[in-house]
Amino acid sequence: MVQPVLSIKSLVVEIPTRKGVLRPVDRVSYDIFPGEILGIVGESGAGKSMTGNAVIGLLERPAHIVSGDILLSGNPIHNLSASEFRKIRGKKIGMIFQDPLTSLNPLLTVGEQLVETIIEHLAVSKKQAQERAIAALEEVGIPAARERIGSYPHQFSGGMRQRVVIALALCAEPDLVIADEPTTALDVSVQAQIIALLKRLCRERGVGVMLVTHDMGVIAEAADRVAVMYAGRLAELGAVRDVLSDPKHPYTYGLMGSTPLASRGLKRLNQIPGSMPRLGALPEGCAFSPRCEFAQEVCKTGSSPFIANVDAQAACWFPLPHTKSRSSK
Amino acid sequence: MSAIVRAKALRRLFDVSKPWLNRVVEREPKAFLTAVADVDFEIEEGSVYALVGESGSGKSTIGKMVVGLTGPTDGTIEIDGIVITGNDQKAKIAEARTKLQMIFQDPYASLNPRWKVRDIIAEPAKLRGLEIKGLPERLLQKVGLSPEDADKYPHEFSGGQRQRICIARALSSEPKVIVCDEPTSALDVSVQSQVLNLMSDLQEQLGLTYLFISHDLTVVEHMADKIGVLYLGALVEEAPKETLFASPLHPYTRMLFDAAPKLDAFGREVDVPKGEIPDPINPPAGCSFHPRCPLATSKCKKTRPQMRLIGNTRVACHHV
Ligand SMILES: Nc1ncnc2c1ncn2[C@@H]1O[C@H](COP(=O)(O)OP(=O)(O)OP(=O)(O)O)[C@@H](O)[C@H]1O
Ligand SMILES: Nc1ncnc2c1ncn2[C@@H]1O[C@H](COP(=O)(O)OP(=O)(O)OP(=O)(O)O)[C@@H](O)[C@H]1O
Ligand code: SF4
Ligand code: SF4
Ligand SMILES: [Mg+2]
Ligand SMILES: [Mg+2]
Repeated sequence: MVQPVLSIKSLVVEIPTRKGVLRPVDRVSYDIFPGEILGIVGESGAGKSMTGNAVIGLLERPAHIVSGDILLSGNPIHNLSASEFRKIRGKKIGMIFQDPLTSLNPLLTVGEQLVETIIEHLAVSKKQAQERAIAALEEVGIPAARERIGSYPHQFSGGMRQRVVIALALCAEPDLVIADEPTTALDVSVQAQIIALLKRLCRERGVGVMLVTHDMGVIAEAADRVAVMYAGRLAELGAVRDVLSDPKHPYTYGLMGSTPLASRGLKRLNQIPGSMPRLGALPEGCAFSPRCEFAQEVCKTGSSPFIANVDAQAACWFPLPHTKSRSSK
Repeated sequence: MSAIVRAKALRRLFDVSKPWLNRVVEREPKAFLTAVADVDFEIEEGSVYALVGESGSGKSTIGKMVVGLTGPTDGTIEIDGIVITGNDQKAKIAEARTKLQMIFQDPYASLNPRWKVRDIIAEPAKLRGLEIKGLPERLLQKVGLSPEDADKYPHEFSGGQRQRICIARALSSEPKVIVCDEPTSALDVSVQSQVLNLMSDLQEQLGLTYLFISHDLTVVEHMADKIGVLYLGALVEEAPKETLFASPLHPYTRMLFDAAPKLDAFGREVDVPKGEIPDPINPPAGCSFHPRCPLATSKCKKTRPQMRLIGNTRVACHHV
């Protein structure tokens, strides 16, 4: 069997506060394989970025990993020191964030940043690095790359900047790329370009991608598998087609149903009542139970369902049967 | 039915010149950005008219001109037959403006954090001299919150709840037209559906007219009766919803429809759109879409296409 590039096992991240300990990531487990795009979706505050940040060692204090394993190509990385992590970031793990400017240094030219990263992580000469930098920009579709390599980030449009960030994330030939809302700030037409680019590069180079987004449409088109997060926990995990068109978890089912597309032709959209609970006020048992139309007594009083112990696509005591799926066409 | 909003040859320029001294030293002329270029549209009373387009296409600028937050450089806006963009008949204009309200994208920025919800909601009614006793409580109930929330402050609410407060506030002066500028773009899907449903319900109950601004085609398809598509400040196509979605005519509209992520298109390889939106300060000559248009000819590079009526679609393109 192919070894996953990333393997997260029962990861728990906690934040101690005056009012008690919060768990923004609670027993989350998943693998990402080479050449695969794993989509992570969920509402604002569900713990998507927190999981990604744990993987790249960028959790902000007081948030910290309390248990679980993170393996990068089989090697544990959850207990590395800050300096050891710095060597992996950029080299083994590339990063793309929503705002390209957070990944770019405004004072250096695009070429200087690429060359610096390439030299730091690959055994090549300065001249070779320069050529690689140009090739990297060409590959992400920057026109006239040779001429533009001396430009500063602010001289590019938003879409072009995000292309530069992708070039930067991939230039040291990482095994894993973490893309946190990479297209959220972009227009639809540019988003389509960036997603197509990400898909092509990931396939061609066998890079595993963790694609964090709240846009189900982007997930449908780009991801191979998808993880749905709710209140810090994994609600559902499976092949994109299975999860989106035949959800097993009532939350995913409600989420898919509430999109305008699923309610096409209806006067009112389907809606899930209520909102996601705050981490400090999670209900007993299943975190979704107060909003779940299928909740039973055990959901509200028993232990919380987790994918690991339910051993299914959905972390639910009463997953939806096939026949129940709502027509979304 | 009659048009409650009428925009005629609307134009809005922004002065984006460098500071005076720099211009003199560098011998540069003044620079203007055309945010809105000769836009015409009418909104039927009680209907939802949507403006779609990508970032910088002029949606918000049009919305602000309709409610009078900013004036047009050229052109006029009529509300219920009263031209509100002129200078005469000040009393009549003031009266017409009371029929307008606006809801913004960011429910965090648009509520004063130091005011109680009660005062936030009552303000527009107060400005209009309406009776406000018990009004905030009634409106809170109407938007699905509880009357007790009137004594709280905005930070005590989630994003979706804050947008409900913004809606209650917009309703308090009893407007006839509400300009909704990306009202759910900052919200999660499940919250978005709650807010959109609320807006539909209110529209029906109160006979409201919406100018609904959004970049999300699925949302627009759900909400709108008629849709105008903007590109670089110009209206390129306008049609009733069903017509537009069944047969988009303008090459830009088609590109937009194609590029939008589809929920049921697993692993779809998109026909990747060409290029990006050009610099609005120096837009391309002729049809401003020509550098990205698969149908562009030499005529498109020289002559700006005028709006034509084809069936019940208005479209500005030489080659449809
Ligand atoms: N210092 C902190 N103290 C308390 N709670 C925190 C702190 N930092 C983060 N959180 C909480 O951790 C949770 C996880 O946040 P995270 O950023 O991972 O969400 P997300 O799924 O990425 O959401 P979004 O879509 O908004 O980016 C949130 O509920 C947030 O409120
Ligand atoms: N006060 C201003 N000064 C200078 N230029 C402005 C000003 N307001 C808007 N613009 C410019 O006018 C154009 C139209 O802007 P507008 O905000 O109306 O676009 P929009 O369609 O609402 O975009 P978005 O989807 O990003 O909200 C843009 O190019 C913008 O940069
Ligand atoms: S465990 Fe129970 S409450 Fe939770 S999602 Fe499943 S059915 Fe609903
Ligand atoms: S006028 Fe020409 S360039 Fe413009 S959209 Fe039509 S075919 Fe394309
Ligand atoms: Mg996030
Ligand atoms: Mg806007």
